[in-house]
Amino acid sequence: MPEKTFLEAIRDAQFEEMERDPTVFIMGEDVESNMFGTFSGMQETFGAERVRNTPIAEAGMTGLAVGAAMVGMRPIVDFTMSPFLYPAMDQIVSMASKSRYLYGGQTQVPIVLRSNMIYGNGNAAQHSDRPYSMFANMPGINIMVPSCAYDMKGLMKTAIRNDDPVMSFEDAALWSSKSDIPDGEYLIPFGEAAVRRSGDDVTIVAVGAMVVHAMAAAAELEGEGVGCEVIDPRTVVPLDRATILESVRKTGRLVVVDSSFETCSIASEICAIVASEAFWDLRGPLQRVATPHTHIPFSPTMEEQLFPSKDKVVAAVRRAVA
Amino acid sequence: MKPNLPRDVLLDMYRRMRRIRRFEDIAVEAHKNGEIPGSLHTSHGQEAEIVGACMALLPDDYMVGNHRSHGHPIGKGAKLDRLMAELLARSTGVCGGKGGSMHLADFSVGSLGETSIVGSGIPVAAGAALGAKLQGSNKVTLCFFGDGASNEGTFHEGINMAANWKLPVIFLCENNGYAVATPITSTAVVANIADRASGYGIPGVVVDGQDILAVYAVVSEAARRARAGEGPTLVEAKTYRYLDHAANMGRRLNYRELAEIEAWRAKDPLTLFASRLRDEMGFKPLDIEDVDEEVEREVQSALDFARNSPFPDAAGAFTDVFGDRLALTA
Repeated sequence: MPEKTFLEAIRDAQFEEMERDPTVFIMGEDVESNMFGTFSGMQETFGAERVRNTPIAEAGMTGLAVGAAMVGMRPIVDFTMSPFLYPAMDQIVSMASKSRYLYGGQTQVPIVLRSNMIYGNGNAAQHSDRPYSMFANMPGINIMVPSCAYDMKGLMKTAIRNDDPVMSFEDAALWSSKSDIPDGEYLIPFGEAAVRRSGDDVTIVAVGAMVVHAMAAAAELEGEGVGCEVIDPRTVVPLDRATILESVRKTGRLVVVDSSFETCSIASEICAIVASEAFWDLRGPLQRVATPHTHIPFSPTMEEQLFPSKDKVVAAVRRAVA
Repeated sequence: MKPNLPRDVLLDMYRRMRRIRRFEDIAVEAHKNGEIPGSLHTSHGQEAEIVGACMALLPDDYMVGNHRSHGHPIGKGAKLDRLMAELLARSTGVCGGKGGSMHLADFSVGSLGETSIVGSGIPVAAGAALGAKLQGSNKVTLCFFGDGASNEGTFHEGINMAANWKLPVIFLCENNGYAVATPITSTAVVANIADRASGYGIPGVVVDGQDILAVYAVVSEAARRARAGEGPTLVEAKTYRYLDHAANMGRRLNYRELAEIEAWRAKDPLTLFASRLRDEMGFKPLDIEDVDEEVEREVQSALDFARNSPFPDAAGAFTDVFGDRLALTA
């Protein structure tokens, strides 16, 4: 099987879906220059009508995508960085997420809103957010946060075929990571978590690139005789509650690793679900490993301490089993 | 202007204006007596620009409305029953009781949403036009928004992108003079919203919004340009709403003089057009009375239909959040 990077997986998923379905098209800032490498060879293949450079107008391009989707197209919008979603907030929330509902099912908005998450690189507060938890609070938006190239491709293909808005949050820490990608088509359904590692003592639910830290922590803890089960939800909306609850009922302990700000994060939500529905199976305190509730500073001496890491996961597991 | 339109089209123009007027009269009453929850934004006084613009389109052209959009689906040809049922929050409403007055969209007549966040429909209309262009469908999209929306950022982004890509869309600013209670003269320096078109390199046209034939002519030309691939037009219809911003504002805002309202009422679009039909186009008074009676029956029947319809089940609150989201289309 050929090895592909996370970025190549994004590109390949989009390329295959555009080949397959003429209603799929791409809009975004600097798609023509292929800024991050997710559009390699695509404008050459599909032309500038379907791989379409936009002005820097996030609300405008989102609204255009919504309108095009309502008349039968399947737009993919590339925002580049996640914080650039904010100028489009009203179009995402009021239009994309609500139109099917508000009009009683008369329409649908099959759009994919792609953005990357670059943090820990000295880009300061306005360029370093990981806002998937914030959007998960709004009904009507599917949210995928892939943890590896294989999932990225399969989830992106599902996203493009989905009949509702999908936001894809792509962690830049994974860009150069590689997976074996089979020849031929595969899709990964939304709402089905992957159990990355089995264990009997602690359940670690890790979102996106946090799976890397969770797996490293689990390997270290194995040497100490602590068995960690690592669950990757793959999509946070819809969330595979059943797999998480089943695992916690077995282990009795939960650590959630999430790069979001901790308050009202997906980590908080998963802890709340487990506390409500598996309370009597718990054997230790629930643990969140997320980003503290402050903005992201520029200087590395302030920034580096903030995000989840292998060591923080190990420490949280120890608190859970203590 | 002497129109070269068939008699049945002229009479239908009057009929649709009359439908809007009477539909909203009845809605105001039903709101007062508690049958319609929430707020009610009426377009009394704006019927000519609504119907003139809608009838300049083909039936399957697209349209995007706003919070003041009872008239837009009616102008585009929608049946009144399910519109009234939606206002009365019934399961038979166009949105199944989920939208109400501010989101009265009937997709069966080309509507793509009557959206209540000011200015939010402008880029969506441009997007429908982009979709139509990519599909090679030759459909145009008509976008209604108010003078208030012309100060929103989405106005700039949506029109700029539509102009840049020569999209088949018509931006129709229904300038009724006030954003809620704030006069447009206090929030914009330009004399006309249409003057802003030059900033996007597209035509901007001001039209008398109380003259249905003038609006029809201007929007017909804008639609011709759009279909010919010449891009968008910004049309500004100067008009007026007789009633307050919404029917449940709570208290009098005292932002305009009675004399101003009376001056506009003297230019009432239905009265003006009925006179022209009689005086210039050879219709008999009875022709118009017949339409009035026919419309009266329609709106009463719509109200009966709404009143006799069931309310939605509480379980409906949980449907239409997503489609069948796990299904993968083949």
